[in-house]
Amino acid sequence: MAADSMAGVGAADRLSLPPQAISRRRAALGDRIYRACVLASVWLVLVLAAGLVAALCWESWEAIRAFGLRFLVTSHWDPVAGEFGALPFIYGTLLSSLLALLIAVPLSLGAAIFLAELAPAWIRPPVAFLIEMLAAVPSVVYGLWGIFVLVPWLRDWVQPALATTLGFLPLFQGPPYGIGMLAAGLILSIMVVPYITSVSREVLLAVPGSQREAALGLGATRWEATRIAVLRYGRSGLIGAILLGLGRALGETMAVTMVIGNRPEIAASLFAPGYTMASVLANEFTEATSDLYVSALVEIGLLLLVITVVVNGFARLLVWSVGGPARGGRE
Amino acid sequence: MTPAARRLVSDGVSGLTFAAALLVVCPLLLIFGFLLYQGASAINVDFFLHLPKPVGEAGGGVANAIVGSVIMIGLAVAIGLPVGILGGVYLAESRDRRLPWVLRFVADVLNGVPSIVFGIFAYTVVVLPMRRFSALAGGLALGLILVPIVLRTTEEMVRLVPSALREAGLGLGLPQWKVSLRIIIPAARAGIITGFMVALARIAGETAPLLFTALGNRFWHQGLDQPIAALPLQIYAYAIAPYDDWHRQAWAGALVLITLVFLASLAARLATRGRSVAR
Repeated sequence: MAADSMAGVGAADRLSLPPQAISRRRAALGDRIYRACVLASVWLVLVLAAGLVAALCWESWEAIRAFGLRFLVTSHWDPVAGEFGALPFIYGTLLSSLLALLIAVPLSLGAAIFLAELAPAWIRPPVAFLIEMLAAVPSVVYGLWGIFVLVPWLRDWVQPALATTLGFLPLFQGPPYGIGMLAAGLILSIMVVPYITSVSREVLLAVPGSQREAALGLGATRWEATRIAVLRYGRSGLIGAILLGLGRALGETMAVTMVIGNRPEIAASLFAPGYTMASVLANEFTEATSDLYVSALVEIGLLLLVITVVVNGFARLLVWSVGGPARGGRE
Repeated sequence: MTPAARRLVSDGVSGLTFAAALLVVCPLLLIFGFLLYQGASAINVDFFLHLPKPVGEAGGGVANAIVGSVIMIGLAVAIGLPVGILGGVYLAESRDRRLPWVLRFVADVLNGVPSIVFGIFAYTVVVLPMRRFSALAGGLALGLILVPIVLRTTEEMVRLVPSALREAGLGLGLPQWKVSLRIIIPAARAGIITGFMVALARIAGETAPLLFTALGNRFWHQGLDQPIAALPLQIYAYAIAPYDDWHRQAWAGALVLITLVFLASLAARLATRGRSVAR
């Protein structure tokens, strides 16, 4: 009955309007729905980002209230006693990422310069493709390879060699377990190299050709042109690329968890086992029994989020400063 | 410096950068070589068709984990894909000043947020209220990871659609929504597929966000509100277990996973092979 009367109104409405007006009205309605859908998804993304921060703050409130700033500077992690200090994890995250950058930055910048400036044209696509594949390898596969190939190799060859040659440094002392900070740094460096390389390459490619031509025209060699004109022009973008790699390294979870040894201690030696913020989450979250324990873990997640957001935000602005925001969205 | 010395320096540096590129590619070959060497022997038909066997019994497979991964990826796509595509079209088409900049920045920053943090988020909004680990929570975590990737690639690809197409549509009196949905998105289809495949390759291998959302399961899937197995989770569990037979299975699982990921990445490349020509 109701449906009939509705149809009647619709028919009358249709009769009283010329056809163009109807199609225009329908178009306007369609446009309004479409705009609403698009804006809804835009706001959904923004609300989600805000929700991410809010949810983590909410869940970690108990730990924040219980420990305050002490959480960041004490190194006693004892779930049974309800004592939580995150310093060993912060230290492990920073040290392993730093180690990774130390190894990865020269290699990736070299590879990026090669790919963008110096390589013959035919060699660029296949190498760029291989590096893209390297970025696509899942973290857990790196971890598997780390446990069964990298760690034994470090234990049997690299660490004994380092201990005999550089053993007077505290960095290279202690028993060679294989697993530990050195393994974590190495596997992280392999993992961040493709990111830094591909973003740096994009930055270098975004440098205007006139820069190169000017330098070459003045008689510079290929390398001099690269150094004087291209690298200097793209400097802030390259720093951004390195920071993006740092962001990856800070948050990398599985591979590190599998090779770092997972012991919440601060040791000077790179041979010693360590722990990172991401790996403590991976290992202990499902086992956390008390509310305070879960809350402390979420607070570590919140810290990780804040650190990576700051590093990434800064990195993006630097990368955008060279190529504009439309570039560099996809690593 | 004499010109000869300068040329020598230039060649030397070129050689060094070449060596760096070689060193960068090396691990890929090493890893793939070991996967083939260790994994190929453990792969057989049983591996794809059977449930895991208890410790001590040889054989068994990861069929449940493969099914679980497919289910969660499906959920993630259902959650993340529409938002990502619509957001990307908005970024490419909007003439506003501030909102697109903010969205682009937020998406890029989200892209860099560690995946385990998305896991915590899914844990707090799904697992805690339901008081249970579930496929739904895992799918949500993966879906959130998918959004920024799809969003940014869609934007890039929609930008490549010639504006003459859009103008022609609008000039014929088509409403904006029809131009977007029936002309622009189909024209950018190949590129959007690329973005989708890149995102797929990324979430198929994600382990960390599933640890405390999907949790893993040694049996077939039992509903979306129950813990569910996933291939990366299974690889992780096998890798850190102390049994040789499980290690073999971990290698085999990793070989399967990486093959899927590479195929998706390859599809992503092939889909947009001729795109600069089409421009």
